[in-house]
Amino acid sequence: MGTKEQKVLDEILESHDYDQTAVIAIMQDIQKVYRYLPEEMLCYIAKKLHLSEAKVYGVATFYENFSLEPKGKYVIKICDGTACHVRQSTAILEEIRSILGVTDAKPTTEDMMFTVETVSCLGACGLAPVCTVNDVVHPAMNPEKARALIKELKEGEAAGEETADEN
Amino acid sequence: MRINTREELEARRKEYAASLETQSKQILICAGTGCVAGGSLDIYAKMQEILMERGIKCSLVLEKEPHDHSIGLKKSGCHGFCEMGPLLRIEPEGILYVKVKVEDCEEIIEQSIVGDQVIDRLVYHDQEGKAYEKQDDIPFYKQQTRVALEDCGRINAESIKEYIAVGGYSAVAKALFDMTPQQVVDEVSKACLRGRGGGGFPTGRKWAQVLAQKEEVKYIVCNGDEGDPGAFMDRSMMEGDPHRVIEGMLIAGIATGAHFGYIYVRAEYPLAVERLQNAIDKAEEKGLLGTDILGSGFDFELKISQGAGAFVCGEGSALTASIEGNRGMPRVKPPRTVEKGLFEKPTVLNNVETYCNVPPIISKGAAWYQSIGPENNHGTKAFALTGNVMNTGLIEVPMGTTLRKVIFDIGGGVKGGGFKAVQIGGPSGGCLCINPSEDHLDLHLDFDSLKKVGAMIGSGGLVVMNDKSCMVEVARFFMNFTQKESCGKCIPCREGTKRMLELLNDICEGRGTMNHILLLEELSSTISATALCGLGKTAASPVVSTMKYFREEYISHVVEKKCPAGQCKALVTLQIDPELCKGCSKCARVCPVGAISGEIKKPFTIDTSKCIKCGACKEGCNFHAIREV
Repeated sequence: MGTKEQKVLDEILESHDYDQTAVIAIMQDIQKVYRYLPEEMLCYIAKKLHLSEAKVYGVATFYENFSLEPKGKYVIKICDGTACHVRQSTAILEEIRSILGVTDAKPTTEDMMFTVETVSCLGACGLAPVCTVNDVVHPAMNPEKARALIKELKEGEAAGEETADEN
Repeated sequence: MRINTREELEARRKEYAASLETQSKQILICAGTGCVAGGSLDIYAKMQEILMERGIKCSLVLEKEPHDHSIGLKKSGCHGFCEMGPLLRIEPEGILYVKVKVEDCEEIIEQSIVGDQVIDRLVYHDQEGKAYEKQDDIPFYKQQTRVALEDCGRINAESIKEYIAVGGYSAVAKALFDMTPQQVVDEVSKACLRGRGGGGFPTGRKWAQVLAQKEEVKYIVCNGDEGDPGAFMDRSMMEGDPHRVIEGMLIAGIATGAHFGYIYVRAEYPLAVERLQNAIDKAEEKGLLGTDILGSGFDFELKISQGAGAFVCGEGSALTASIEGNRGMPRVKPPRTVEKGLFEKPTVLNNVETYCNVPPIISKGAAWYQSIGPENNHGTKAFALTGNVMNTGLIEVPMGTTLRKVIFDIGGGVKGGGFKAVQIGGPSGGCLCINPSEDHLDLHLDFDSLKKVGAMIGSGGLVVMNDKSCMVEVARFFMNFTQKESCGKCIPCREGTKRMLELLNDICEGRGTMNHILLLEELSSTISATALCGLGKTAASPVVSTMKYFREEYISHVVEKKCPAGQCKALVTLQIDPELCKGCSKCARVCPVGAISGEIKKPFTIDTSKCIKCGACKEGCNFHAIREV
């Protein structure tokens, strides 16, 4: 872990007054910056909060939202709440997984671009079935719209790379 | 500016109410999660842009020196009619525009804001094509009684001034100055308010138990960890009327002598967190939270604690463990939360909707509250109506309203097929249906009536299912959910739900036998009797209830290896009807495994040994000749 990362962590810890009970909020802040919880960062906050590494690891692995694996640039979450389920959300999940070649066990693409997950009810049942891309909700999905969405994200990425090359 | 006394609060209320009245028209754009996903914030921005361009005076916030005849433009909480979103309401006329698009903004301003016309194209039309201009005339709204959701969708969700203008925080003033803590508790007890999170425990009794504790430090905790799939009542209240939640918690603090509160919100609700934080900041600025509230000497501090994705945290002791920074696992009770809750101190733990019911009970009195709903089940209940129903949305009805009224009169009926069942109470609940011995459609939705038929009101998710839903698959879906969410602490839930899921998977995939059904029944009763917490004890409920009412469907799966609803893929065979098939060969071309063959202009056939049941042929057939049997 470099000095830059250490500075980020110190700022996060500081903003929570090094409060042991805020360990969940601290991990959420870290994940906001790095999109996952790197092992050495968990060790670092354990030391600073005077908690055992086992305790911090225990909390990090308990909650669904925390990931110890790096995630893709675009995190696609398909809602599998009841309302979405009865409106056929499984077909959308299968479609997206097959396009990107990911599975339940291996949710992230090789190029670290996409991660596909299911999420328990987002509470947007009125628009079921829904999926989110980096927390932006896409309503009333179907397999065709899912294909178009992935295509659009990939094209946007390719266009972005071109401009980056020009610079 | 801080409000220092009760008199000042009343003076401000008059001032803010007067400012509201100077607005000749108000445009309320729904900014609940549903409508935001539908693009309502773009509509808000476009409206603002057009009003500016045209030089129309427009107030985004209540101004100290109001401009006469300005137009109030505001982001409100959820209006409830999510199926028809994005929604836009124009006051004082009460016109509701549905499915509004950015392109409609210009016309709305021209016709309905500058002019006084109603745009017929944008108002709600029912299935027969009848148009409804006013929101209150629409059947979806007409049959509702709004108490907890009274102001949700009617005021700017980000403005404390508007909340004060409609009488907000006056119940806190009444509790502080006109009542003793015991009287506040008594009033809530007399109103028979019962916990809206599902358990239905009398709120007044809970408060009395905390009030009786001798500890110096006590906590007020609000459970906003609404994890039931298919429920979004609490989310809408936190997003749409956050000050009401705060006011309810404050009153609980006054009643029990607690000075600290936590609102626990699940991480999947970022907008609720944002609106609540904004509301807490504004209330602190005005001195309605913090020290010496309204000059009474009473202090109350409130914090938000965010969940991180664990359904079990909706259980009381797991929730408090999570606030303390631990793994959210339930513990053995007693001691109860009222004795040793958060940080081992006496704690009042209520659900969002319960707190939202408190301010009107204190303002209007227990007698008024008792006039709504049946004996012992007073008040209203909010439900999230979802699934195969015409009008998906958020509703609030008096306790004891019949299921028929909710699904058919308010919900507009079943979508895509006939009525089969309604799942109530999420993964801990059961299903209601029509069968030869009972007709649940005329069942009254209240705590006691539902308990009698083995279901529970739960937090209030109502998922309607049409006759194309397979009840075994539904049971499997809930078991999959509960199994994933089991915290792993006690063996009955950790192992039992896993085994039940395996059995249900076997049944859905054609490997089931009658023994599977018997074993499911045995496991259900063992888990219910021995699991540690509420999540485990009720984990088998969806299985028990579907087996009770749809036993023949289970039997078809295991004996005939057929899924009557055609949902369980492994049990379905695709067949081409030779009468309907025109021999166009389209199906043979789309089949990914080459299972379909035949001669042009003669009926084609499917080789079931090759067929992978993907359904591509069925989807593509123009003559509806391919069927699942």
